Amino acid sequence: MNERDLRRQIADVKTGRLSRREFVQRMIAVGLTAPMAGAMLAHSGIAVAAEAIPYKPTKAGGGGPLKLLLWQAPTLLNPHFAVGTKDQEACRLFYEPLAGWDKEGNLVPILAAEIPSKENGGLAADGLSVIWKLKPGVKWHDGKPFTADDVVFNWEYANNPETSAVSIGSYKNVKAVEKIDDLTVKLIFPQPTPFWADAFVASFGCIIPKHLFGDYIGAKSREAPANLKPVGTGPYMFVDFKPGDTVAGKRFPDYHVPTQPYFDTVEIKGGGDAVSAARAVLQTGEYDYGYNLQVEDEILTKLEAGGQGKTELTLTGNIEYIGLNVTDPNVEVDGERASLKTKHPLFSDPEVRRAINLLIDRASVQKFIYGRAGVATPNFLNNPERYRSKNNSFEFSIEKANQILDAAGWKKGASGIREKDGKPLKFVFQTSINGPRQKNQAIIKQACQKAGIDVELKSVVASVFFSSDVANPDTYTHFYCDMQMYQTTMPQADPQFFMNQFTSWECATKENKWQGRNVCRWQNKDYDETYKLAQSELDPVKRAALFIKLNDLVVRDNYVLPEINRLNAIGVKNGMVLYKSGWDNDLAFIASWYRAS
Amino acid sequence: MGNYLLRRLIVAVPSLLGISLILFVLLALAPGDPFGELATNPNVPPEVREALRVKFGMNDPILLRYVRWLIAMMHGDWGFSFASRVNVDTLILQRIPTTLYVVGTAQILALAVALPVGVLAARRPYSIFDQIANTFAFIGFSLPTFFTGLLLILIFSVNLGWLPFVYRADLQATGWQWWWESIKQAIMPITVLGLYQAASYTRYVRSAVLDVIKLDYVTTARAKGLDERKVIVKHVVRNALIPVVTLVALQMPTVFGGAIVTEQIFRIPGIGSLLISAILANDTPVIMAVTFVFACLVVLFNLIADILYGWLDPRISFR
Repeated sequence: MNERDLRRQIADVKTGRLSRREFVQRMIAVGLTAPMAGAMLAHSGIAVAAEAIPYKPTKAGGGGPLKLLLWQAPTLLNPHFAVGTKDQEACRLFYEPLAGWDKEGNLVPILAAEIPSKENGGLAADGLSVIWKLKPGVKWHDGKPFTADDVVFNWEYANNPETSAVSIGSYKNVKAVEKIDDLTVKLIFPQPTPFWADAFVASFGCIIPKHLFGDYIGAKSREAPANLKPVGTGPYMFVDFKPGDTVAGKRFPDYHVPTQPYFDTVEIKGGGDAVSAARAVLQTGEYDYGYNLQVEDEILTKLEAGGQGKTELTLTGNIEYIGLNVTDPNVEVDGERASLKTKHPLFSDPEVRRAINLLIDRASVQKFIYGRAGVATPNFLNNPERYRSKNNSFEFSIEKANQILDAAGWKKGASGIREKDGKPLKFVFQTSINGPRQKNQAIIKQACQKAGIDVELKSVVASVFFSSDVANPDTYTHFYCDMQMYQTTMPQADPQFFMNQFTSWECATKENKWQGRNVCRWQNKDYDETYKLAQSELDPVKRAALFIKLNDLVVRDNYVLPEINRLNAIGVKNGMVLYKSGWDNDLAFIASWYRAS
Repeated sequence: MGNYLLRRLIVAVPSLLGISLILFVLLALAPGDPFGELATNPNVPPEVREALRVKFGMNDPILLRYVRWLIAMMHGDWGFSFASRVNVDTLILQRIPTTLYVVGTAQILALAVALPVGVLAARRPYSIFDQIANTFAFIGFSLPTFFTGLLLILIFSVNLGWLPFVYRADLQATGWQWWWESIKQAIMPITVLGLYQAASYTRYVRSAVLDVIKLDYVTTARAKGLDERKVIVKHVVRNALIPVVTLVALQMPTVFGGAIVTEQIFRIPGIGSLLISAILANDTPVIMAVTFVFACLVVLFNLIADILYGWLDPRISFR
């Protein structure tokens, strides 16, 4: 699918021959995100009427307690320090951003009066500025009014390196935030910025009050009393917080949506493990909601038989993938293993890579390991099976792999293992310790064996594997191994950040202390150039076409082998009606949750 | 006595210093780092991660970090948690009451079961009561708490639905309702811990009583025609319990240290679960503080046990 195809389809949507929803689904099918599809339509002048979030109660309150179970317990309540999802979720009870992402990937105004667009004058034609209009009459929990000063302050706060906010990534690309009047702010970018909905949007966009944090900007940030006693604009007011255990809140009577929230109190309980969390929601019904139930589907189904609740699955951009090392991990050059100056002795043969891709039994992995919670995929950018891309497909065939290897001159030796030029086809495959992953490794090893490839399995404790420890050779960024598997997450609706993990300048090397995101160390000039174009391309349609190209470039070289698109499973007690989007935090729309009688 | 105490306290200082140095170096050398979560989040630029490491002093040499920690500790500054950016002492103090309540009650339950059972069993060794008590004691300490915990959850929460299996430190109820709820949610963890402990205490009490009951002075007491009850309570148990008291005193640090496994199963926000989550998050200051406090308690209660021992048994003198 190229730019012209995209234009034609958009024209079809305009004339009504293609429904909006269908268009979005087609875009997802080629590996784009729903928000991008929405942006394309909006850019082409097709009104994006965000679907209303379902909400039946006619007045706020009266719903009793809402009990949430997060098996990873929240440890802090300042959205600018919220590293993990657990902390971000907890922040959403009290704090709100200007806008969030809905299920379809549209921006939904929360503290903003409307979403900036070309029509309402919010978006500059040159892509250098955005004007946000704020919702009038919004109050902080302590009664002070919410104004443009607060928004400007949040940029100053997060952007100050001394503050050491983890949200800095969303704010450092904004040159200035200006207050136009009490309810209007203008963001100015240093260069044309197609993805402007990053600062002040979704989880890192949550706004903290200037009057409480104003004195604690920079190095003093840790001392702010409000770090532990949040005062926000959100639907619930702070009651109690015990780091690593519980967060409690009560209904904010002056919430800016008069009929919300439905529940009188809210409680987040943390700790324990995923399986017993699933049990407490699905089987015994002690809790109304359980987050991120990374439990084997078989167990979830059994627990659901308890009849107290059910599992809900949401699409995400999270991809479980297998990476082949481009460099040689067993050779040391200038004191560095897996140096960019080396080439992997086996994988530099494209036929070997093709064969390995054929030996990954994605369908079985989906069927026997992930069940409902994972969809086999050949694409790196999100792709549910229902709308499988026509650009790429996957196949599992030991026979074909054997043929390819035979043709490429890899002959079976006496031990049944193929070799060529004295190099046996044998390598080490690592991943983190995690039940499903070890099963997944075994499935691949078995298939490889049948094709005359000897695979040695290695598993590393997750806390080591995913650490950024410079001195530890077993981290995934060192990748001192031939092949590895893990999940890469796409926390944002826009794929720009996500796709930079294959650019040449992101290669993880000794020089950058293995902080680079390109861990396979795959380099491709075409990819780099296309990526740079996508970074500054203002026309969403052209930009979308560029991202499709990026995806195909990565996937077709067979160094990066996407396997499973993992869905997010949550447990919901019967009767609870909760709106949740895969492009934002689970609790992003908690104000609209209610219990149907 | 005063001299002895002083000498013991002085000896405790270098041993605590040694313990803290070993702990610190071990933690510093252990793999993993507190910003692992940042590493997998593409939204967070690597520079931020690096800046945080520098800010929290993670890139300095180990000994420098140790000295810095020690000086701060002397000033009463325990540092702050990397994960929650809250002061470590606040975190620990928040957890103490729950742990004291659950683990403390379990210890009391253990003693309440072990003392009578152990004494009765020793009075008539190899009788039917003794056999039964022995069997249960063996079963009791052979079954790990994670097994009995899950078993109880399965029976009382899932099948019968009587008791909740998620422990809540912030119960909403008030008055009698509150008392009832907090007892109800603590029944299972206390039972699991208490019976496990009771099993080994029973064995200990039994053998201690057996040692004493055969001694000549007991026979003399019986020969004097003393009431059997009096013989057991005043003459046997009193002497037999001296080693048991020491054992209980040495167990006290665990009351503060919490029960890692059981706290995890029932989601009890105690010290044990704080320690385990800190270890999983590589939150070094918290691990350091909890383990160090634990080391101090062990040293302190060892001292208390020794003093208690001398006080209970005048034959032992302090030199």
